[in-house]
Amino acid sequence: MNLTLKVWRQKNANDKGGLETYPITGISEHASFLEMLDVLNEQLINDGKEPVAFDHDCREGICGTCSLYINGEAHGPDRKVTTCQLHMRMFKDGETVYIEPWRSKSMPVIKDLIVDRTAFERIQQAGGFISVNTSGNTQDANALPIAKPMADKAMDAATCIGCGACVATCKNSSAMLFVAAKVSQYSYLPQGQVERKQRALNMVEQMDKEGFGNCTNTGACEVECPKGISLEFIARLNREYLGASVASE
Amino acid sequence: MSTLDSKIPEGPIKDKWTKHKNDINLVNPANKRHIDIIVVGTGLAGGAAAASLAEMGYKVKSFAYQDSPRRAHSIAAQGGINAAKNYQNDGDSIYRLFYDTVKGGDYRSREANVYRLAEVSGNIIDQCVAQGVPFAREYGGLLDNRSFGGVLVSRTFYAKGQTGQQLLLGAYSAMCRQIGKGKITMYNRHEMMDVVLVDGKARGIIARNMITGEIEKHSAHAVVIASGGYGNVFFLSTNAMGSNASAAWKIHKKGAYFANPCYTQIHPTCIPRSGDFQSKLTLMSESLRNDGRIWVPKNMDDVMAIREGKKSPTELTEDERDYYLERRYPAFGNLVPRDVASRAAKERCDAGYGVNATGEAVYLDFKAAINRYGKQKAHLLGVENPNDAKIIELGEAVIEEKYGNLFQMYEKIIDENPYKTPMMIYPAVHYTMGGIWCDYNLMTTIPGCYAAGEANFSDHGANRLGASALMQGLADGYFVLPYTIGDYLADDISTGAIPTDSPEFDAAAKEVTERLEKLINIKGTKSVDYFHKKLGEVMWNNVGMARNAKGLTEAMDEIKQIREDFWKDVRIPGGMNELNPELEKATRVADFLELGELFAKDALAREESCGGHFREESVELDGEQKGEAKRNDKDFAYVAAWEYKGDPRDAVMHKEELEFKDIELKQRSYK
Repeated sequence: MNLTLKVWRQKNANDKGGLETYPITGISEHASFLEMLDVLNEQLINDGKEPVAFDHDCREGICGTCSLYINGEAHGPDRKVTTCQLHMRMFKDGETVYIEPWRSKSMPVIKDLIVDRTAFERIQQAGGFISVNTSGNTQDANALPIAKPMADKAMDAATCIGCGACVATCKNSSAMLFVAAKVSQYSYLPQGQVERKQRALNMVEQMDKEGFGNCTNTGACEVECPKGISLEFIARLNREYLGASVASE
Repeated sequence: MSTLDSKIPEGPIKDKWTKHKNDINLVNPANKRHIDIIVVGTGLAGGAAAASLAEMGYKVKSFAYQDSPRRAHSIAAQGGINAAKNYQNDGDSIYRLFYDTVKGGDYRSREANVYRLAEVSGNIIDQCVAQGVPFAREYGGLLDNRSFGGVLVSRTFYAKGQTGQQLLLGAYSAMCRQIGKGKITMYNRHEMMDVVLVDGKARGIIARNMITGEIEKHSAHAVVIASGGYGNVFFLSTNAMGSNASAAWKIHKKGAYFANPCYTQIHPTCIPRSGDFQSKLTLMSESLRNDGRIWVPKNMDDVMAIREGKKSPTELTEDERDYYLERRYPAFGNLVPRDVASRAAKERCDAGYGVNATGEAVYLDFKAAINRYGKQKAHLLGVENPNDAKIIELGEAVIEEKYGNLFQMYEKIIDENPYKTPMMIYPAVHYTMGGIWCDYNLMTTIPGCYAAGEANFSDHGANRLGASALMQGLADGYFVLPYTIGDYLADDISTGAIPTDSPEFDAAAKEVTERLEKLINIKGTKSVDYFHKKLGEVMWNNVGMARNAKGLTEAMDEIKQIREDFWKDVRIPGGMNELNPELEKATRVADFLELGELFAKDALAREESCGGHFREESVELDGEQKGEAKRNDKDFAYVAAWEYKGDPRDAVMHKEELEFKDIELKQRSYK
């Protein structure tokens, strides 16, 4: 298939940036979206031009590195996939495809389609953990039975890959879905109870500090999330945060 | 003459680790504050090591080429992690896990290391649960297990098909806690370019800031390499695009021996390749072999009809199918180890029975499992005389719960519903058992330089069993390295901070800069990928699933030629002092082009078939095992550790003879 690509090019964080047009031909519908970009880059290199910089690594939808805003949607037109799992059969021959980076004040562009997501790192560091040291003397794993529905819920939340599609999609540039996933995972588990309140308070505080917006319950994040993280977790985060802020010791 | 001292402790195998821990030196908590440790890589081994060392009080500097430690490729492991908990009461024990691992590795691993691995396996599960890793559970609230290839017990713990992700996020959360406390300094988007030796000891690294291009000097009292395996030497593999061997190769060139590079795992259940544009291959977890049956058509007419789209595989009756693993290996059936399953698939496809257009695919069929689970579920729900449609509906729901994300992944890539039509699979390069040689303490032949996880060679011999990579990564990172590194660092308590303004650091930084300048100034005509693909083709054709002396000799010459062409004709656009993905790729491929040649040399020297290494000259000629791989314990029961001598083909082999005191060497039989 033949396509017209409109790709965001930006030399570095301070550059203004803009869309460049590249025609591309002979793409297989079985190729992945990133393989299509590989072909484009090979072409650019052969023409003596600089290839398009984009983030990618595992190319099987789990590392959360790839991050493209395609035709106005995070990770493109398919549902429950990351950009690397998106296949060209989702596009029509002759189509014009717009490719942009995540757009958020808290995730500035580094180059072309690559953005800086270290704000997520700092949110995790503020409380996205259980304070247990490595030791060969923790209690036997089966000494702590956990009801299957609770364990399953925790797993659903823990599925988040930290790609940032929720932020890119949200009109408020909110990171609530990301934060909610982590806070919820631990809140369902007995191991997470000791630091439950402090975790919710600290992670939300850091989220605000990073400049992410607030949630206004649009639900676009849930739709675009490649892992289908449910909006329910945001409701849970709100309860966790409220409970932690108003409850006394 | 051998210069290798594996430092295996004395005493009975079951006491070695305990005794060793009691004998080695410790560093007191006040002194740990003055000791720096560099950890390269943030996967399960590196992440777990960094977190544990920081918790103990060391000052840790952690390096990742990704934008976050959470993205290391351990995250892609699907199926599970082994541990000798015997929760299923099916006869599992530390000894049995040890035995299975040594046998699965085709008797080419170091007994003492493997026993220790089995010994700490239970601790890993305890530790991960304490961290909040959401393992799968049964309705009673206790942990669930599944079985994996090559063993007869259920000892694999899992979190859906995302076990690696959950374990890595556990280690990552532990790292985050230490980063927040300032005990780990995290360097994301940094690539290690070289190791720095001062007075013969590893005292730091040269790293490149991948955003600014700045060449940075980082010092430490010890350096841990946990940078994963080198499967991407094949270009197409299940590794991440950025997975590379450069950290391991750089320490090799500075004195660390590289052991058994030819031991590569070709994983049997991957999605077949579809075209020239293919950039990587996707694994489908081995756990699928628990419930999937592997087959190809018995009759060539059916093969042709299927390839031409005139027939669907679902139309074939049981009689028309060849369940070749069940036929050849009745005892283990579809659960034979990975090397055996891969070769069997290749055998059928080479014979012409491959079921897709490329002729390189076999079926993995869930119909029987869907039926079985459907009936069980109907019984459980009290549905009397369920019709076929109901059984299939219930059965598919059970399969979805177990493997839903894998089925979804398959459907997105192939555009076929695997609940209705059997999956197509074919072997692909997945894991490298070989790696940097290390002693019992995980120290390489460079004092103060350690290798952990897939980057080292020690535990899996010539073939790794499923669900053992996660176990080894976490064992090394959480429970082995944090103890053994103290023994070395105990001598460094009054050394003080290592300065980076020394001649050694200056020289190393200069060398790195010059190499990058040289690369970028070639200004040739071909892209980095062009050379990488050529290398991959040679590796796959001559150094892949079946190897022979002629092919290997040719491969060594061809790789050398590609390397020379690369250094003459590669084109790298952009500059050095900016984010430049082509430059990053070029530095990695330059190293693969050297490693590939040593890889072929090692395969040539090992004139036996063992585990994932199959030499066509070494097969059983008759008897029950006719056609199976033939190992040669008399001449080859050793670890081949290669010393760098300036050119990969000039590398010198040092042998570590393997002694088997607790396990009798036998031919592996899965019949």
